[in-house]
Amino acid sequence: MNFGEMLKVAWKSLASNKLRSLLTMLGIIIGVAAVIMMMAISAGTEATISEQIIGLGSNLIFISASFQRGGPNEGPANSRGGLVNSDVTAIRDTISGVAGVSVEQDADVTVKYGDTTLTGTTVIGTTPDYLIVRSVSVGNGRFFTTEENTLASKVVVLGSAVATKLFNGADPLGQEISLNNVKVTVIGVLAPKGLVSGTDFDQLLYTPIQLVFKKFTPSQFARIFGDQVRQIFVSVDNNVKIDDVVQQITILLEKRHNVTADAPDFTIRTQADIISARESTTSSFRTLLAGVAAVSLVVGGIGIMNIMLVSVTERTREIGLRQAVGATPGDIQIQFLTEALMLSLVGGFIGVLVGIGGSMLFAKFGGMRTVIVPYTVMLSFCSAALIGIFFGFIPARQAAQLDPIVALRHD
Amino acid sequence: MNDPMNEPTTIIETIGLKKCYGVGDAQVMALDGIDLKIYPGEFVAIMGPSGSGKSTLLNILACLDRPTEGNYILAGEDVSEYNRKELAFIRSRELGFIFQSYNLLPRLTAFENVMLPMMYQRENGTPASDRKEKAMAALESVGLGDRSHHIPNQLSGGQQQRVAIARALINDPILILADEPTGNLDSHSSEEIMELLHDLHEKGRTIVAVTHDLIIAKHTSRIIQIRDGKLASDEKNGHPIQPQLQAEPQLVNPIAGGVQ
Repeated sequence: MNFGEMLKVAWKSLASNKLRSLLTMLGIIIGVAAVIMMMAISAGTEATISEQIIGLGSNLIFISASFQRGGPNEGPANSRGGLVNSDVTAIRDTISGVAGVSVEQDADVTVKYGDTTLTGTTVIGTTPDYLIVRSVSVGNGRFFTTEENTLASKVVVLGSAVATKLFNGADPLGQEISLNNVKVTVIGVLAPKGLVSGTDFDQLLYTPIQLVFKKFTPSQFARIFGDQVRQIFVSVDNNVKIDDVVQQITILLEKRHNVTADAPDFTIRTQADIISARESTTSSFRTLLAGVAAVSLVVGGIGIMNIMLVSVTERTREIGLRQAVGATPGDIQIQFLTEALMLSLVGGFIGVLVGIGGSMLFAKFGGMRTVIVPYTVMLSFCSAALIGIFFGFIPARQAAQLDPIVALRHD
Repeated sequence: MNDPMNEPTTIIETIGLKKCYGVGDAQVMALDGIDLKIYPGEFVAIMGPSGSGKSTLLNILACLDRPTEGNYILAGEDVSEYNRKELAFIRSRELGFIFQSYNLLPRLTAFENVMLPMMYQRENGTPASDRKEKAMAALESVGLGDRSHHIPNQLSGGQQQRVAIARALINDPILILADEPTGNLDSHSSEEIMELLHDLHEKGRTIVAVTHDLIIAKHTSRIIQIRDGKLASDEKNGHPIQPQLQAEPQLVNPIAGGVQ
């Protein structure tokens, strides 16, 4: 019996029981489609996350103040208390290979211009390097200068959405707006950047950080520690090794804060650290999804085995007759194996189509980003084939072992 | 085999063929030493009451089963010890079957049913290009050329059995085995099938049929009676050809059973 005949025989027998074959394949279809869709969704999420992290600015180093210090078992509290604004200047002036250093201090303010009032708007106090570090650009007018920052000049740069809300298309440059009754002059509007990593840059106001320290710091307590900051962002030149810069900053800050490497009052993370942390989260998420999908594939395989066992029983006479006219046990085994394989391959193929189609529909109507990963398509299709062979084996063996005399008498 | 100078070649030769089922006290001797020779061109009826062992004998002759003891030589080849795969080859190459219940595959057309044995041919198989022609010719030879694309349900019992005969002939077997070929048919259809078998015999085919119908047996050239797993009589055209069988005394007792 040649290969083509075998396929024809298998196809004919499956086609004679269309509904049953379809239902049997459904398990495989769902399994394969689930694997592809789950992987497409998680790959889409991953791509979004990594784009957001890159969107934070290129080659970033994050320096954060550690607040764990000073606890009962942590030794004496650091008198300087973490990062201060002058660290920013120190890093910019002493470390080589630094493209920009910025620091942020935010405050909630009520913005007024004419009849328009925006409550609960966030104003970011920062330094001119903000543009480099956060990869934003000015669309209209200019950003404030280092001198303006030092002098705590009453100037403000608007996010594009805020500008639209306040001025409704009119030219905002040179206009005075009030932030919590402090009058500031609009000197520029940022080009739209949109939502990146949970922050909508277009909904913010930007002023010199010294102005925030003086006018908008919310509490007396904070005013006492006036220049204390939580986080410093350092942007590194593209051709400089980021680890070298991290090393230099660590040494500099340890010296300035008078702490040792064992108990620093700050932590330094690079973008690579953040990406790898996110990746480990998403990869365990992905493994979980793939596991669930794989289980449904296995369940599909059990369905195939079940129906093949029924089929062997139903067709006992046919098996006996085929043996009588010269089929060897091997011929019978291959015939049933071919049927199981065909079920799983056709199911796998439909599953691939459903999976790709479903991923596209998710992207279009589910508001979810999906990326179809070619290797998962291959992988799930091949596992479907393997499952067909694996779960088809026992029924096929059972068929092959039937005694022709008994099989011919079966009714 | 014993003396090739005097003996013509046999199609079937069995030597001390025994078949037991079960073990210990429950052991049943279904066949108890059958010595049988069937020559080319014979049309043999094997008869006997149910439980006599005639079906067991047919199964062994058909290479569907193996003897517990003794030898079965089919066309000079001792197949007694062959495994299932080797027996399948023998069935494919040398044998054609006709069953009481036709055993056509219900989803296949008459034509496809006749094609079936050719799919399992090994060496010297029919070339794929000739198969359709050959199957068509076989169907025409049993008078069903115009029914080739009917499925078994659309055919009468007699027609189905004729398809089965065409299927049995398709691989040019040296021996055709029939198990109650007319058992499910009315007398008219039975007559047709027997005439068909008779024609095949006239054309030189060797046929062995198991039956309990004397009317059928009258078409054959030789009648073998089996009782309790032993040959009871062997008559060719009404004349005993193995007189030594008659001399065996224990065969007289019908209650003797198959147990030894």
